Amino acid sequence: MRYSRRREKTTVLSRKRGEAVEELKINQISKRTNLILELLMGLIALCTALPVVLVIIISFSSEQSIFEKGYSFFPAELSLKGYEFFLKLGDQLVKSYGITIFVTIVGTTISLTVTALFAYVISRQDYLFRKPLTFLMLFTMLFNGGMVPAYMINTQLLHLGDSIWALILPMTINAYYIIVLRTFYRSIPMEIIEAARIDGSSEFNTFVKIVLPLSKPGIATIGLFTMITYWNDWFSGMLYMMDNRKYPVQTLLWSMQNSLEAMKASSANALEYAEMARNAPTESGRMALTVLVILPILLAYPFFQKYFVKGLTIGGVKG
Amino acid sequence: MKPLRENQTLIKGKSGKMLTDLKKSIPLTLMALPGILLMIVFKYLPLSGIILAFKRFNVRDGIFGSEFIGWNNFKFLFMSSDAWVITRNTLLYNLAFIALDVILAVAFAIILNELLHKKRAKLFQSIYIAPYFLSWVAVSFVAYAFLSTDNGLINRLLLTVGEESVSWYADSKWWPIIIIIFEVWKTVGYSTVMYMGALTGIPNDYYEAALVDGATKWQQIRHITIPCLRTMMLVLVTLAIGRIFFSDFGLFYQLPRNSGPLFSVTNVIDTYIYRALKETGDIGMSAAANLYQSVVGFVMVVGVNLIIRKVDKESALF
Repeated sequence: MRYSRRREKTTVLSRKRGEAVEELKINQISKRTNLILELLMGLIALCTALPVVLVIIISFSSEQSIFEKGYSFFPAELSLKGYEFFLKLGDQLVKSYGITIFVTIVGTTISLTVTALFAYVISRQDYLFRKPLTFLMLFTMLFNGGMVPAYMINTQLLHLGDSIWALILPMTINAYYIIVLRTFYRSIPMEIIEAARIDGSSEFNTFVKIVLPLSKPGIATIGLFTMITYWNDWFSGMLYMMDNRKYPVQTLLWSMQNSLEAMKASSANALEYAEMARNAPTESGRMALTVLVILPILLAYPFFQKYFVKGLTIGGVKG
Repeated sequence: MKPLRENQTLIKGKSGKMLTDLKKSIPLTLMALPGILLMIVFKYLPLSGIILAFKRFNVRDGIFGSEFIGWNNFKFLFMSSDAWVITRNTLLYNLAFIALDVILAVAFAIILNELLHKKRAKLFQSIYIAPYFLSWVAVSFVAYAFLSTDNGLINRLLLTVGEESVSWYADSKWWPIIIIIFEVWKTVGYSTVMYMGALTGIPNDYYEAALVDGATKWQQIRHITIPCLRTMMLVLVTLAIGRIFFSDFGLFYQLPRNSGPLFSVTNVIDTYIYRALKETGDIGMSAAANLYQSVVGFVMVVGVNLIIRKVDKESALF
């Protein structure tokens, strides 16, 4: 991490000569330090990625290979049996996927619309009820009743138990996202909004036509986060769904931690299941489902990660 | 046009101005309405369920009709050894997470920022945050690939070198470290990105000036970079301390696969509440534990914020 004295002198010299580019180069770490650090960071990256790679490899390993070598990076034999099992049993998997996709799309749409609107309204300095509404939102961050009161009210009072809306509605409002978007909107000059009003644009029209296009990166980031939250949500399914045929795919995966019983309970044809269970690729089957659950995220990841990084660094943590 | 309107309000007087203000705020209020409604129904209405902490719930009488039993639920909770164990586990794990997160994320951010090969640094960063987007259920299977007693990678390796295999899901002594490893694996990349964002905000002049004074890289990091990251660290740590009574439910429930022998080191307040609610069905007790968590959590957030405001007003959350 240190560099030689001679280089420092060149820096000063280069400053005198006004060579900014040269100077930037001078304040770099040495080639050797760089190599060491790069190796270190690369090793950490490898440790981060390999566990997921292992799961993918297991999902393609044959049951025989798992029996002999255990879960291994180098299986003796590759096989698609893990995936075929689910294709045959498809019914529940398709249903659960359908539920997850519905929840993700509808949930993200509702949540994003509501959040974007609410955040905009409380970002307006000239809005009469800005303070009370901001407080209404902030208080949910400071104090919340937690799991038990929410569960009891949602099931006993609102009768959301076993309803797909239990997977969507309780999660629509996230105060943190509201704050991030509000910060975003504040960077839009009030003059633009004022000008639109003078031109006769309604508040809603101004929001849709002027404010939204200007806040695209913020909206995109929050939208992605919301989408991932809905996609990854196993907890609501575990909490609110008594009927395991209504499990979203993440909850289905959870129910498979101990056995493939969940499949049995929901399989249309019990005989057919018994037939399959006898030579079911349980080990690779579970990992296959894990891969199916994380696959959409892994595939989308390269596209959304740049938004994610950008959005994170813009809004900042503070409101 | 604007001055004219102001004139009008002047003529109408105070009540008239309020009326126009009110009228002007109707469109915006309508826009906020869906959010207000959802917030009231799903954030505020549940608060009424807190009363369950003081009741012996039964389905027939419902939430508000059940028998009121005062502080009895709390008495039972705090007389059991569970209260101590779950509080201890929650606090200790969170302290470890907070410390490791700051140290590792800041170190990673600084190192990535210094690497000469920018593209490669970006690739590393992308890999580090990837696990953040996986659900704990999926991660529990990732862990299972290593820890499964029969087929797990680690046990098979132990067997090949002639050691005895360990039944990981029944042996509690390894779990504090396993939990910490997976928590770090899943979340440290996220904080790294946050700190890298803060790093780009440091003006280059600082480093140039330091160079002229002959500061080494190490000195630059110690005297420029880290002080500049201070606000960010303070904010993130404050947020984390404010949430020190809460844990990531999935980490403590999914990763150990809800395994009974591990409860002494994996049971935290959140998992306790869930088990009391859904597995043993003791709703009064779980509501009591939940209220205990909410109230202490609230005190923590407000308290921490007060302290921060004294030390560094800029970094206070509210």
